[in-house]
Amino acid sequence: MASMPSLKSREIKIVHNMPISKTLPFWEGLKQGKVLATKCKKCETLYFPPSADCPNCLSSDMEWIELSDEAEIETFTHVVIRPTSFQQYKPYTVAIGRLKEGVKVLAWLTGFKLSQIKVGMKVKLTAKITPEGNPTYAFTPFEEK
Amino acid sequence: MRKVAIIGVGNSKFGNRNDVNLTELAFEAVKPALEDAGIVAKDVEFMALGSVGAGAWYAELLPAVVAAEYCGLTGIGLVRCEAACASGSAAFLSAYSVVASGQAEIAMALGVEKMREVDTSTAMEWIGRAGYYIWEFHNFGLTFPAYYALYASAHMAKYDTTEEDLALVAVKNHKYGAMNPLAHFQKKITVDEVLSSMVISYPLKLYDCCPMTDGSAAIILASEEKTKELGIDTPIWVAGIGYSSGTANLSRRKNYVGLETSVLASKRAFKAAHVTPDQVDVAEVHDCFTIAEIMAYEDVGFCKKGEGAKLIREGQTEIGGKIPVNIDGGLKAKGHPIGTTGCSMIYELTKQLREETIQKSRQAPLKNYIGLAHNVGGTGHYCYVTILRR
Repeated sequence: MASMPSLKSREIKIVHNMPISKTLPFWEGLKQGKVLATKCKKCETLYFPPSADCPNCLSSDMEWIELSDEAEIETFTHVVIRPTSFQQYKPYTVAIGRLKEGVKVLAWLTGFKLSQIKVGMKVKLTAKITPEGNPTYAFTPFEEK
Repeated sequence: MRKVAIIGVGNSKFGNRNDVNLTELAFEAVKPALEDAGIVAKDVEFMALGSVGAGAWYAELLPAVVAAEYCGLTGIGLVRCEAACASGSAAFLSAYSVVASGQAEIAMALGVEKMREVDTSTAMEWIGRAGYYIWEFHNFGLTFPAYYALYASAHMAKYDTTEEDLALVAVKNHKYGAMNPLAHFQKKITVDEVLSSMVISYPLKLYDCCPMTDGSAAIILASEEKTKELGIDTPIWVAGIGYSSGTANLSRRKNYVGLETSVLASKRAFKAAHVTPDQVDVAEVHDCFTIAEIMAYEDVGFCKKGEGAKLIREGQTEIGGKIPVNIDGGLKAKGHPIGTTGCSMIYELTKQLREETIQKSRQAPLKNYIGLAHNVGGTGHYCYVTILRR
């Protein structure tokens, strides 16, 4: 039925401007090589991804904390079929790793062959800038310099 | 709260439905549902629509309004419910609540989805954004298969679930899909075909994934008084509904071997219906991916945590087994028109409980006349469990 008659809709291009005022230290921190989380000054709950407000005690008095760089992989996948806006990349691996502070991080896992990746392995959490200039963070092997 | 019965159901042919637009597709479910109930459109007082892709994978932005006009429902109360892939169940809850609370005598839950007005990678993009866009999509490009693949890797690592076990789910659901004339895929497959299909997001392969499907389903609900007044032969009663939700960020979940939202929604539904898992005769569970069906066995309570793979290996979820699951083909073979699925699960259970499945070969044996629908939205972001009783 793929060749059924159809009308093309009018074209629109959508780009959203997503506010980051309240988490700006996080995005700036990535540029300086740091991965930051927020900690509620009142109830001491740690948030990653960082949160400007604490849903636990409803305080908005937060401090910025630099996270440790060692993560234990809890799970992973290798994304072969990619969405439209990621077509320019080669297939990539995404993992979720737990830090010693108790929070978990979801990020790309680079520098390993798929067959080398195991649940429970230790990897390094690294802040970085993508080739397009976007601040991000990734898991990498510890020996990578 | 009043007792509420399902008095009419309709389900369109599922598949690549480029022969119809959104509203024409809705009509294919609304018409048979009205005829099944023996009522006309003006008898319906409220309609809740489950549909997700408005303005994204299909062009219309107000699908409840355009579908209502096309089906002759203009003037009644309307709402669109969004609970991702559980939108159909959210619409069902909305329509049920309107009747149970006494605000209406007859209400409709409608699901309609057109997923193929855009190309596949654009659809993958939209569905991949259906998590926490800024934290888990923007920089990392997760897709819907990738989210569930994270669960598959963890389940395989902890419980020694294998890729062959996952394949058995696809083989079972295709077997029943081949017996269902409404199904998107009506073709049996083998374990070898699943294992040799292309990797979509490791460890999930093409045949571990549900297709992008167009389809609609409509359910008409009525009060006990109205059901009697209309002389409905075999009303199917809503015994209990449970619901819950999970964190938007997958990184904030406790583990990746099950969906906490499924566990909570199931417990609530069983409690509301005064039913236990072993009393269920036939179940529809959310098998958007093969791993999702195995986790659902465990999370709903058809087996212990970690024993889902054993259930499929032993054939316990086929007709003749302990609990037949997805014997309409499931999302995997019948197809998964996202906002429609919840209503389509209710359609199938209603047909099963009335003992009027189109093909008798896939009629579940009924002992207690109890059916269960487990409908997950996103990757454990929403969950609705609906228990029906004849």
